Amino acid sequence: MSTTLTPTTPPAPTGPGGLREIDAHTRGRKRRSLIARYVLTAGMVIALIPLLMIIWTVASNGVGALGWSFFTEIEPPARREGGGYLNGIVGTVYMVSIASLLAIPLGIMAAIYLVEFGHGWLARIIRFFTDVMTGVPSVFVGLFVYAALVRQFRFGTIMGAIGLAIMMLPIVVRSSEEMLKLVPDDMRFASFGLGARRWQTVQKVVLPMAGPGITTGAMLAVARAAGETAVLLLTALGSLQVVTALSGVAQSSITLLIYDGAKQPFDPGKERAWAGALVLMGFVLLLTITARYISSRARR
Amino acid sequence: MSETSSQTRRAPEAATPRIEVADRDRSTDVTTTVRQSTVPSAITEAVFEAKDVSVFYGGTPAVRNIDLKVPKGEITALIGPSGCGKSTMLRTFNRMNDLIPGCTLEGSITYHGEDIYADDIDPAEVRRRIGMVFQKPNPFGISIYDNVAFGPRLHGMKANLDDRVEQALRGAALWDEVKDKLGQPGVALSGGQQQRLCIARAIALEPDVILMDEPASALDPIATLAIEDLMRQLRGQYSIVVVTHNMQQAARVSDRTAFFSVDMEQGVRVGELVEYDLTEKVFTAASDPRTEAYITGRFG
Ligand SMILES: Nc1ncnc2c1ncn2[C@@H]1O[C@H](COP(=O)(O)OP(=O)(O)O)[C@@H](O)[C@H]1O
Ligand SMILES: [Mg+2]
Repeated sequence: MSTTLTPTTPPAPTGPGGLREIDAHTRGRKRRSLIARYVLTAGMVIALIPLLMIIWTVASNGVGALGWSFFTEIEPPARREGGGYLNGIVGTVYMVSIASLLAIPLGIMAAIYLVEFGHGWLARIIRFFTDVMTGVPSVFVGLFVYAALVRQFRFGTIMGAIGLAIMMLPIVVRSSEEMLKLVPDDMRFASFGLGARRWQTVQKVVLPMAGPGITTGAMLAVARAAGETAVLLLTALGSLQVVTALSGVAQSSITLLIYDGAKQPFDPGKERAWAGALVLMGFVLLLTITARYISSRARR
Repeated sequence: MSETSSQTRRAPEAATPRIEVADRDRSTDVTTTVRQSTVPSAITEAVFEAKDVSVFYGGTPAVRNIDLKVPKGEITALIGPSGCGKSTMLRTFNRMNDLIPGCTLEGSITYHGEDIYADDIDPAEVRRRIGMVFQKPNPFGISIYDNVAFGPRLHGMKANLDDRVEQALRGAALWDEVKDKLGQPGVALSGGQQQRLCIARAIALEPDVILMDEPASALDPIATLAIEDLMRQLRGQYSIVVVTHNMQQAARVSDRTAFFSVDMEQGVRVGELVEYDLTEKVFTAASDPRTEAYITGRFG
């Protein structure tokens, strides 16, 4: 014990110069730091491999079936070449938009309530359910919407959108909450000190500061919804036609078409599924990059 | 700080009173630093009158049984060791303590004779008339102009906003430094300028009183002197209550000084008002031995 506390060669003051004369302890620290760096770099590279493989596989398999017609035509019978995923694209855009309209404002409002207003039991309940909802598997959400609504109102756009909104909600609440908490209390006090009311403070000080972060979180929630499948199987069901009806008619989505296309034995259908995956991946990537850009620019 | 470095540091802005002040800083005999009293010892008109005020955080007392009359148009300093409840007491005057969960007040505080804790009093209205400057400069992340215009806009005082902003910046002795860059972010200014911006932001509402909580403690010596100069300029037009743990500062700027101390009360440290008198008197002929001990540096 005492031997480690008193090094055998005390680091005597070397005086001016001697910058290259390093004792054993310093050498050890340097070596450990270097090893840690190599291990972490290796870990990062290993983690990156599957991601790159996914991108490569999807891109190389999907690019063949990807053309203008992919966005303008609906899916033909599986064994036939050509055609596209127009029905799925319309369905995805339609349902994700409605889901965003429902979940984003509601989620942000809930987060504002939690951070700025809620200190009592209601806030605790909301926080608890948000936590629980974050971990609920999407099939359960699908089953819930199916049991509660679909059996009564039939499969359709709005049912799918509700399912997606339920998936998005906890993500939006959680990320917005974190962003609001990042706004320093100093700023709130400054505003209150000038005679601002709570809501004025939220509106004029807190939200402008948290805005970019909240936007980023919301975009990631949108990306999550766009890739959702299990919920839609039980709420939108899928369709071979472009559907514009809000309800009563089963709706399609890119993910549902991929799911069907990949299952059946004909190559043209499989290729279209790869192309669908590529489109979806591009969309999600675009959202993620935009979200990153917004938050990095705001942080400056 | 060595003699030479302090000489060179204050050189650029050197003016007679500042040299005096800086010299006094190094003096060991504090009694020579005291500002000569220019006000009668009796308070003729009070802005605040605290009667038997106790403040609790979650039931634990922080300050106990405070009686304090704040005179109009003067500078009143609250001094005392850290944790004795200076900030707590200051925040009772504009109901900022209301924002701290679990903080309660007993006793009464009147502002020009009106009980500011009465049920029908809106704390936002109180804070609008009683400006506050915080320990850490806290300008909003918006432009210099918008920072100053924040309060007036909040309260619909939009007529002649440009003039109002200019007057406030002039009042805070900041106009000449920022008049060509009003559109630049307030946070880009130096610490001392930021604090003066916060003062400008407060006086843009034409308050009656300005409460300052250690307004210079985060600033370098030159910026500190600039804030003290400014306080002397604002004196008269505004009533100022300033918290400071720097006795020389209290001696330099204030007309009256209230000395708070901490007392053990059933195992809890509670702040109490030990002595309140003309600054000159407190610093030269304290009536309580605790005051004298603190002022001569034997305690605190
Ligand atoms: N927000 C708060 N919550 C709980 N206790 C507080 C809070 N602010 C101050 N206190 C307590 O009140 C006492 C006085 O604090 P404060 O007014 O900040 O003293 P000072 O400004 O003189 O240093 C201290 O014991 C402190 O711990
Ligand atoms: Mg304090």
